[in-house]
Amino acid sequence: MPETMQFDLVSPERKLASGQVRAVQIPGADGDMTAMPDHAPTITTLRPGILVTEGAEGATRYVVTGGFADITPEATSVLAERAYGADAEGRAALEAILAETHDKAASLSGPEKDAMNKVADDLARTIDTIG
Amino acid sequence: MPSLKDLKNRIESVKSTRKITKAMQMVAAAKLRRAQEAAEAARPYADKLADVVNGLAASVADSPTAPKLLTGTGSDQTHLLVVMTSERGLCGGFNSSIVKIARYRAEKLIGEGKTVKILTVGKKGREQLRRDLGEHLVSHVDLSEVKRVSYENAADISKQVLEMYEAGEFDIATIFYNRFESVISQVPTPRQIIPAEVPEDAESNTLYDYEPSEEAILADLLPRAVTTQIFTALLENGASEQGARMTAMDNATRNAGDMIDRLTIEYNRSRQAAITKELIEIISGAEAL
Repeated sequence: MPETMQFDLVSPERKLASGQVRAVQIPGADGDMTAMPDHAPTITTLRPGILVTEGAEGATRYVVTGGFADITPEATSVLAERAYGADAEGRAALEAILAETHDKAASLSGPEKDAMNKVADDLARTIDTIG
Repeated sequence: MPSLKDLKNRIESVKSTRKITKAMQMVAAAKLRRAQEAAEAARPYADKLADVVNGLAASVADSPTAPKLLTGTGSDQTHLLVVMTSERGLCGGFNSSIVKIARYRAEKLIGEGKTVKILTVGKKGREQLRRDLGEHLVSHVDLSEVKRVSYENAADISKQVLEMYEAGEFDIATIFYNRFESVISQVPTPRQIIPAEVPEDAESNTLYDYEPSEEAILADLLPRAVTTQIFTALLENGASEQGARMTAMDNATRNAGDMIDRLTIEYNRSRQAAITKELIEIISGAEAL
């Protein structure tokens, strides 16, 4: 079994990370999952959360707001809607998105409102985790 | 024959025009670099997304539950043409070339008895299309306030397009934009975005697990793919516009330079002629005495 696999984190406007990693922890829509080399091919959607990669230089944390991940035995590609480093800048960006989400939720009703509120909860939890 | 004063004014005026075109050329060059970088940076995402969509599309294309965005509505009666042009002029044939292929397509479709609806992005294309296809224009997206095209701008356009599609207002959507090849070459390109175009040879060679479910993923993925295609087109268009403007302004600057040379020669000759004439008058006057 190979030690590492190719990992790419891209958002529509730029490429955030690319390189060899041992494992990636992904905030999947149905729960967190960790992808390692030789993982069964999977496509999953993401919920807002923290994405952790374990590479040669240790663990790196990113925040993503949604999108999806394409996992194959050789590589993992995360196509995030928006992605930031898990730092003060990422936190500020997330807070802006959270405010936006609250506004959107207020204007919706029924199941759409519930879905939007869930996104807001996830975002709030992610902001807490960054600290 | 223009007087010396006229010529002088004329030269001054061409000189200031040359200064303006030169400045525009340099601004366009700087903007081009930025636009190219933006287009470059967006490419990995677009490529990856296209890969995934193609793989998925090949595996579900035959199933009856495949989403409408993938299979189409089963009709090709109503076409939506999304014509992307710039907000500003003075960029050579940039806008005309897009409008030309869009108009050609529209006229061909109308000739075949199809219904054509046109959504314009950027006011230059709207102005040109309004003349003879005015009754087909259904909507317009104004980007004149936008300094730098972001994914949100593309999302706004795609939301509008998808809402129209959901409401059954068209069957096939095509975007028209200029693909950036190089500073001197931009290729006007039509690209069908709805239903998704899947290359013939695309096949799913791996069996994927889907979380939460295949349908949920496709429902999330396909609108995103439309947005991304629009975003890519906007970025390519942005780079093309600056490239076209740079070339056009470079030509204008050179033409102004040539004109100044010609006018200067004419000015010098006239001045010389005037001096000679005066001399002749003085000498003849002196001889007559």
